[in-house]
Formats: sequence, C-alpha cells, structure tokens
Amino acid sequence: MTVADVLLLALGALAVGSGALVVTSSHLVRSGLYLVVSLGAIAGLYLVLGAELVAWVQILVYVGAVVVLLLFAVMLTRAPIGPSADLDRPALPAALIGGGAGLGLAALFADAFRWVRYAAPEPGTAERVGEQIFGAWVLPFEVISILLLSALVGAIVLSRPDIGARVDTPAGEPEVPA
Amino acid sequence: MPLWLDLLIRVAAVMAAFLVLPLVIGQAEHKVMAHMQGRVGPMYAGAFHGWAQLVADGVKFVQKEDVTPRDADRTVFRLAPMVALFPYLVVILTIPLGPGLVAQSLDIGLFLVLAVLGIGVIAVLMSAWASANKYSLLGGVRGAAQLLGYELPLVLAAASVAMAAGTLSLPGIVEAWQPWWLIWQAPAALVFFIAGLAEIRRPPFDMPIADSELVFGYMTEYTGLRFAFFLLAEYVGIVVIAALTTVLFLGGWHGPMEDQLGWLWTLLKIGALSFVIIWLRVTYPRMREDQLQRLCWLILVPVSLAQLVLTVAVKSLL
Repeated sequence: MTVADVLLLALGALAVGSGALVVTSSHLVRSGLYLVVSLGAIAGLYLVLGAELVAWVQILVYVGAVVVLLLFAVMLTRAPIGPSADLDRPALPAALIGGGAGLGLAALFADAFRWVRYAAPEPGTAERVGEQIFGAWVLPFEVISILLLSALVGAIVLSRPDIGARVDTPAGEPEVPA
Repeated sequence: MPLWLDLLIRVAAVMAAFLVLPLVIGQAEHKVMAHMQGRVGPMYAGAFHGWAQLVADGVKFVQKEDVTPRDADRTVFRLAPMVALFPYLVVILTIPLGPGLVAQSLDIGLFLVLAVLGIGVIAVLMSAWASANKYSLLGGVRGAAQLLGYELPLVLAAASVAMAAGTLSLPGIVEAWQPWWLIWQAPAALVFFIAGLAEIRRPPFDMPIADSELVFGYMTEYTGLRFAFFLLAEYVGIVVIAALTTVLFLGGWHGPMEDQLGWLWTLLKIGALSFVIIWLRVTYPRMREDQLQRLCWLILVPVSLAQLVLTVAVKSLL
C-alpha cells in the first residue's frame, strides 16, 4: 500500500464516519459541524487524487458557503444547545435504504472497474480544468449558467410578494393576506 | 540543503511571522490609537515606550482562569478559537515576501487563500452557538450574515486581478504587476480592502461584537487564553488582509533594488496598510447592520462586477 492509499482510506473513513454522525447526532448544530468535517475530508480526497482546484472549490463552496448557510438557517430558527429528543428519525428504513444504496453502488463500481487498468490522468490543475471547461465543454457550462440564473431569478420572484401581485392591489405594496 | 532542514526553516519562518507580526501590529495599534486621541498609550512595561505591553498582556491571559459556561457545548466552545486561527496560519504560508521568498509556492495560491478565509465564519458560528448566551448568538448571526455577504465582493475583486495577471499564483500575480495597474485595478483594490476589513470584523465593521449593545458578541463568554486566541486571530487578520492587498494590488516586492530589498518593500507596504486599518478604527463610527449590508450589496458588489467588465475590456484591447 502506498502513502496515497493510506491517505485515501483514512480520509474516506473520516468522511463516512462524520457523515454517519451528521444523521445520527441529536444535536442539531453539531450535525452541521460534522457535515463540515465530512465535506472537508472529501476535499482532502480530491487533493490526494491530484485534483487541486476541485479540492479548493469544494472548500470554498461547500464548507465556506453551503454549510454556513445551513448552520445560519438552523440558528435562525431553532438551535437548542444539547440534544433534541423530538427529532423524528425513521432509523431502520433509512439505514437500510442508505446503506443498501451505498454498498450496492460500491459493489457495482468495484465490479465495473477492478478488471480494467486505466492510465492515471494528468493532475487536474487550474489551467487544465479551465481549458476543458471553456474548450470542449463550453456548451454544457453555458447551459448550467442559464439554469443557475433562472433559479436565481426564481428565488427573487418567490421571496418578493410585490412581484406578480394581483392587478387590483397598488404596485409596490405587498399584498395583505386575508 | 537537505529536505528536512529546508522544511524546518520554512515552518520556523512561518511560525515566527505568525507570532511576531501580530504583536508588532497590536503594539502599533495601542500607540497609534493613543497618539491620535491625544494620549501616550502604554509607557511602563519594558521601560522604553511600553514595548512589552502585549507580552505582559499575554502573561496575564495565561494566568486567568479558563472558564467554560455551565450550559455551553464544551467541545465546540473550546475548539472555536483554534478554528478561528487556523485559516490565517494557512494563508501566511502562501504569501510571498520577495522574489522566490515564499513559504509554499502554489499554482493556485489565490484560490487556496480565498477558500480557507471562508472557513473563518464557521469559528464565529461555533463560538456563538456553543456559548449558550443570547448576546453571543445575536453577535454570531450578525457575524455570519456579514462574512457571507462580504465574501462575494472579496472574491470578485480578487478574480479581477487574477484575470489581469492571467494566473492564480500569488508570486505570479506580483511578477505580472505593473505600476499602471494601480489605476486600472483601483476600484478592485478599494473593494478588496473594504471587504477584507469586514471579513476580519474590524471597525467600522464590528457590528458582530458591538460592545455597547452585545457586550462582546460571540466572544462574550471567552476568558483567558481562549480569548487571547481570538484577539491574536484579529491581529493576524490585519496582517493577512494588509498582506493580500499588498500582494494583489500594490505590487508586493516591486520597488527600488527589488532583487535585494524586495522583502523590505513588501513589509513596508503591509505596515502602511495596517496603519490605515488602525487609523480607520479611530476615525469612523461603527456602521449599523442595515448600512453594512447596504454597502456590501448595493455598492461593493456592483463596483466589483463593473471592475470585472473593465478588466476584460482593457485586457482584450491590449
């Protein structure tokens, strides 16, 4: 086993372990913090695999923004310190579905790729990722941009009651719910 | 030079910078603030103009009782100050002082810096929630909203200079830098500096720790060494923001005799910017929460987007 193998295994165990803690912990905010660890470990996996840019994007977007938004939302609504006994948790079916899907996918991947040897791809440097995205994959990239833009516009429309209000209410005044 | 010696020197240099520079900045803040307010500041510790005041403060912090509130989430509460320090330590690793004088030269150093600076907000949320204190929680929510908002102009301004230089490596950006960029990239530099101030929660952006309404925000419950860690994080933050602005927008080591004295120019520029940061603290009153968000979303974000357009236009004309 090489150093990379050991690192991959350790980081993978860390990611899966903290991922399990996210769904089993009864401390709401701690779940979010475990998610930070889990996503950070996945960024570590990317680093070991040589995809430096993707690793930092993972940290910037997921750890720095997505999880923080999640924690922020939890703390704005209800964030008791200590365990919350009233969390509903269909433990057994969820464990069966989640574990089954994970194990099944792992088995499928192992079976599909263990017999074939691939040459290791070049490291995913910023330059190479940029060339690929703006060269071969420019159309999907732009399509995704449009998707994100429409999601953004949709979020604004949904969060502003004065847009799309009925005509009989004066413009600029939020509709008063009956 | 053998590998281990090389590594040892690099780590020792980064640790020295990490421990010495904040002390210098902290002492400068004491004295500069005092003189601006017509006082003399610390005069006794260490005999000469109170140079050892911060060392004495450090000794005092170590002696204090380490109090964890009864209802606090102990582990998270204790971990938060370390998480607050960690990103800055990583950032200092990548900042080039002179030509070839950098602890760890990275191909995408700028990206790494922006990514780890985003981790700081988790420390704020951790300390805020784990303290079991209403003031802390309010301060933490304010802090998170502020850090999330200001990260956007920070990243956009940095992206502008990266596009101008055509590289994401910090030494590469300094090498590509030319004096006329001072004008070309001026809006981005201003946006970066202001957003950086907000990222390290320095006045006038210290709404999360507003002492007149929130006691001390998310740091209210911290005492002794853990509080000192938060203070250290604040001063390292000043160094980091000044250093990043220097490297990205002020040409880093460029100056007369840059091959020999490059490190001195970088340090001088960092010092000058740190002075401005201290100056702003003494000059401006704290911004209200709504003014703070308004500045971010209605001024800084549009300006940085316009700067991106300008950068692309000039770049494609050249």
